[in-house]
Amino acid sequence: MVVVRDIIITGLLLGGIFALVSVGFSLQYGVGRVLNVSHGEFIMVGSFITFWLLGSANINPLVSMVVSGVFVFAIGWFLYATLFRRLMDTSPSLEAFEGKSMLAAFGLLYVVQNLARIIWGSQTQNVIFLNRTVTAAEIPLNRLVALGVVVVISVLFYLFLARTRMGKAIRASGQDPTTAGLMGVNIHGVLAICFGLGLGMAGVAGSLISTVYAINTSMGLQYTVIAMIVVVLGGLGSVTGAMIGGLILGVVSQLVTYFQPTMTFIAYYAIFIVLLLVRPKGIMGK
Amino acid sequence: MKTTTFSKTRIVSLAVLAVIFVVLALLPTITEGYWITRISDYMRYATLTVAWVIFSGPSGYMSLATAAFYGLGFYIAAIANGPVPFVGVIIIAGIASFVVALGIGALTLRLRGVYFTMFTFAVVLLINSAVLEVERLVTGTRGRFVETETQAAAYYAMFAVVVITLLSAYLIRRSRHGLALQSIGEYEEAAAHSGINVVRTKVLIFATSSVFMAMAGAIIATRRTYIDPGIAFNMTTSFLPVLMAMFGGMGSLFGPVIGAVVFTELGDQLLTKFPDLYMLIFGLVLILAITFMPNGILGLGQQIWRRMRGGRRAPA
Amino acid sequence: MHLLEGEGVTKHFGGLAAVSDVDFYVDKGEILGLIGPNGAGKTTLFNLISAALKPTTGKITFNGRDITSLPAFKIRRLGIARTFQTVKIFPHVPVLRNVMVGALFGTGRRISSREAQKKAEEALGFVDLLSLKDLLAGDLTLANQKRLEVARALASDPQLMLLDELMAGLTATEVTEAMGDVRRLRDRGVTVIMIEHVMQAIMNTSDRIVVLDYGKKIAEGTPAEVAANEKVIEVYLGEECDVAS
Repeated sequence: MVVVRDIIITGLLLGGIFALVSVGFSLQYGVGRVLNVSHGEFIMVGSFITFWLLGSANINPLVSMVVSGVFVFAIGWFLYATLFRRLMDTSPSLEAFEGKSMLAAFGLLYVVQNLARIIWGSQTQNVIFLNRTVTAAEIPLNRLVALGVVVVISVLFYLFLARTRMGKAIRASGQDPTTAGLMGVNIHGVLAICFGLGLGMAGVAGSLISTVYAINTSMGLQYTVIAMIVVVLGGLGSVTGAMIGGLILGVVSQLVTYFQPTMTFIAYYAIFIVLLLVRPKGIMGK
Repeated sequence: MKTTTFSKTRIVSLAVLAVIFVVLALLPTITEGYWITRISDYMRYATLTVAWVIFSGPSGYMSLATAAFYGLGFYIAAIANGPVPFVGVIIIAGIASFVVALGIGALTLRLRGVYFTMFTFAVVLLINSAVLEVERLVTGTRGRFVETETQAAAYYAMFAVVVITLLSAYLIRRSRHGLALQSIGEYEEAAAHSGINVVRTKVLIFATSSVFMAMAGAIIATRRTYIDPGIAFNMTTSFLPVLMAMFGGMGSLFGPVIGAVVFTELGDQLLTKFPDLYMLIFGLVLILAITFMPNGILGLGQQIWRRMRGGRRAPA
Repeated sequence: MHLLEGEGVTKHFGGLAAVSDVDFYVDKGEILGLIGPNGAGKTTLFNLISAALKPTTGKITFNGRDITSLPAFKIRRLGIARTFQTVKIFPHVPVLRNVMVGALFGTGRRISSREAQKKAEEALGFVDLLSLKDLLAGDLTLANQKRLEVARALASDPQLMLLDELMAGLTATEVTEAMGDVRRLRDRGVTVIMIEHVMQAIMNTSDRIVVLDYGKKIAEGTPAEVAANEKVIEVYLGEECDVAS
């Protein structure tokens, strides 16, 4: 019984993290049209900023979450406003832009990953945070807190997209950039913010991950792949789909890990293949 | 399919090629050790890059699966070399890769390009995990030992493969299938409406390009005594051909070769001294190349040449 | 038996019916005109015939054979070729090779490259583009690119050609030339369905006309019959009169 409860809690936590990661990825592709294969590297950056802030200045990871989020958001915004904007201006078609921006992201992967390696080395690290268990139920406190943070962020983000002007502008730009532009939406500004937001979520997710799992500078790739699978599972371009898909994949992952940890990644593989064979549109796909 | 023109530049370039061919063919008899390894390295990356361009160049579908096929070649060599003669191993690696690529292609090339790119990206990591798990179950170990070949044998094999790859690239480019793939890349819907079986064309050419990647992998594996999934399936092997092709230019046959030689040399120089820095620089170069030199260095060279000659404006 | 026949052809996009329960046919040797206001579903109907889109319901037969669920390349190989409203030539490929694509792949039979080249040159000759055969297709004027598309479609000797707004953007002289081209196509044995907004051209060239409005067929008949049809006149009232008419 304890086992089931643990699986559910950790599954939801992992699912929440996956959802966060994937929503960010989905924003960058669904709205910004950038297939950001370097997404996972920014998760790693968020993790290491948290680690570094804790280690050097004893800053609480909850604070670092905000710092990482803002810092990575700024990087994302800047990257879009400069690099991707220029690629868009010089691309004859949307397809050409998608191809070029993906390749640029591939380059970014190596820049970020190796920058991190130079700064922080290749060793696996741990962020010690709230490592005690909640005595009555014996659940690790840091997991509970992380789960709580994920829930709060998801709700905030949902409200942002649904209620605020910027959120609506983002949704409009994602559906029909031309019309949105004609309606007075500053397309390039919105896209840059959107991309920054997507990347910022990666930073926050990384920060969160560092409180619960071990981290190293090579951890990025696997999260990028997970983001891809979740986004296909949820439906390309659907933010809600990414959330749902993330939760599903997280719980499934935890189940598989319980029985056979080494099969977890293969389980992802199998899900991906079945999806592509049977329903590439995903759950919420049009 | 095309009429040949015997211009002077053509004769000169053919002559130069012939000279290079002869020199390379005779190299192991002239020297040994250092230069053989270096040229083998050039040829390895030239093979990977030219093979990558065969499919991803005209079609616009960016494959990131190079490392998967290359690594597959590694494992075929590890499993089969020794009992099976070297040449057989190389051929089997090619065939196995063709079959796997057919599967990947059939799965993803009937969907939009973004699915193909995502899946080929994921497949490198996934095949890594899959092989790790299979090895754990089957042999209980992480890696494998490889029956090695002599430096000279590997050199000649690599030479043969790079020549075959270039020849195939040339033939495909000029054949109707190359024209079909180019049409697909220019306007896929119109290509389908012109009677081209788009999915089949893409899948077959994708699978063909994978053959050379696996062959290169099989050969290189025989120069190592030990391999494991991390060594065999490394995302960098998918990254480098993209960088080399972007830099050298995908429009010509030898652009990718130039890109390969330049970056292999650069990488070798930097690798020992600054392993993290050199990959960082390569990442930066890729970003710069895409932003400022979308036609690669040869394309850039052509533009400059035309402008200097004051001729017609180059086509858009 | 009609050459091409559609029964109850319908296409929904979400809640919107772009084409709604349309019956149509064309007989061998006819020139059928397809007209209607913008957004009436004309190009969508072409897309359904050529398999760029799948119908939501309905059936399309060609020479008696059900082609509703066939993919686009098979439809071409059976003998239905089309041009596009937004010209879809291969810009970085030379003109001759653009057309050779049609010759090589459009019939489904294997032909030698020499034969394909001959057919391509012949098709280029038909549209009077032979002198430009070595230029890159992207360097041609729009009018010539449209002709190139016709040549590419023609190169596989199709039985039926779907021409989508061939005359859009052409001057009055060019329109007259294009009308002549369409008649020459018919003389060659090609059956034609054409979408046009240039009223004079389509009324003068077509044997029969089908009128669509909001996805439904509202009239069908000879040009004279259709021009006198009250519903058709109503639908076009308020529409800008085309310069050429």
